[in-house]
Amino acid sequence: MSELMPVILALTILIGGVAGAAVLTWFERRLLGVWQDRYGPNRLGPFGIGQVAADMIKLLFKDDWVPPFADRMVFIFAPTAIVVAMMMGFAVVPFAPGMMIIDVNIGLLFFLGMTSLAVYSVLLGGLASNNKYALLGGLRSAAQMVSYEVFMGLSLIGVVMMSGSFSLVDIVEAQTDVWFCFSQILGLIVFIIAGIAESHRLPFDLPEAEHELTAGFHTEYGGMKFAMFMLGEYLGLMLISCMIVTLFFGGWHGPMLIGDWLPPFFWFSLKVFVVICFFVLLRAAIPRPRYDQLMSLGWKVMLPITLVNILVTGAVLLWIEGVA
Amino acid sequence: MLSELRTMWEVLKHTFTKAETVQYPEEMPYLSPRYRGRIVLTRDPDGEERCVACNLCAAVCPVDCIALQKDTREDGTWYPEFFRINFSRCIMCGMCEEACPTYAIQLTPDFEMCEYDRQNMVYEKEHLLINGVGKYPDYNFYRVSGMKTATKDKGEALNEARPIDTKSLLS
Repeated sequence: MSELMPVILALTILIGGVAGAAVLTWFERRLLGVWQDRYGPNRLGPFGIGQVAADMIKLLFKDDWVPPFADRMVFIFAPTAIVVAMMMGFAVVPFAPGMMIIDVNIGLLFFLGMTSLAVYSVLLGGLASNNKYALLGGLRSAAQMVSYEVFMGLSLIGVVMMSGSFSLVDIVEAQTDVWFCFSQILGLIVFIIAGIAESHRLPFDLPEAEHELTAGFHTEYGGMKFAMFMLGEYLGLMLISCMIVTLFFGGWHGPMLIGDWLPPFFWFSLKVFVVICFFVLLRAAIPRPRYDQLMSLGWKVMLPITLVNILVTGAVLLWIEGVA
Repeated sequence: MLSELRTMWEVLKHTFTKAETVQYPEEMPYLSPRYRGRIVLTRDPDGEERCVACNLCAAVCPVDCIALQKDTREDGTWYPEFFRINFSRCIMCGMCEEACPTYAIQLTPDFEMCEYDRQNMVYEKEHLLINGVGKYPDYNFYRVSGMKTATKDKGEALNEARPIDTKSLLS
């Protein structure tokens, strides 16, 4: 039974991830509607949830077309890569005690590696489309993701130093008393911003940037291949939210002072839900920065903040060790 | 950075504001009486057609969607033999209403005029003419204008002075 558990969980995550991403497309539109004083899709079924099914039917029945000028193999491979990479990232997420597919001692590195692989999808998609807008989108995504990758990793060093482990279970256990969102507030801010850039969601959706690049890297994509890109994006959103909760908001632990009177998985999903709502709020509120602003924000602001964070965290930890 | 946080706070406050959307087919939006929608031809209080087929509406129409043909009644007044508006061209600008000297042509607060067949967007006089006075209930062109009709001579209309005898210096 215990050997079957990861397989069952993996299947659950696969189905749940796809279903969650589908529901998220509707939920995000409704939530944006709330914040923009309108309704969003509310026609089909209760609260408009039938919109999810309608969208899926539409996408499934669309012509699965590959442009004749595109690099066929790479063009088809690109959208699958992002979904696979993001799905793999869920393997190390600890949803509840014992409720994870695999508890590796380099879980954090595995997660960073998998999100980095997603860059290939966007990059190759833009390159294979053989279209100038797609190429520009791919180019931007490469520069954006590679540079934000740097301090996405660095922003987590503080967490690793405080918990003394790369294992996500150990990191969650280390937050039993106090969550890392207080001591690692700088790391949290940088990780959130880098996470948005990594999953290229608004306001950092420069690879898409529909006002300048029509649809950026997926200009030439349609039907299910386009749906795969969207699925990857929403999976990335969920994955980043899961990681923010795991690394900074105590994972499955209940909030301090209130306690653990609910099942651990419920606390985890509640926190992930709140973080996703926060990401949607960012989308509703913040305009997209210019490309050079994005890069200078990354290298001139975010990188120094993370380095200072590492320095201060290390110094404080050494000082506590010296005192004790 | 602070302005971004403030923006997010301002947007978050909209969680508790009501949506501006009017759920259209179930809930009709309020359209003011002077809304520029479907065009009608009105009648005067006596129930006669107001249109005198002067062609000013067709002349002023920027998209040339109005076509009409003048005809003369036995009493000498004019009326449109046919009056045709092609609503697939009409842009609801209301210039015909402004140009009309007799308040005959008027725009109404109705925009629900979809058709499956393009040809059905062409409205003939029988579709345009309504049994009402529209926005000007008491107005009758022949009662206030200086026109000579079968029932009255020049200068006998409402608020109208006698015509000047141009042949006389003493008048």
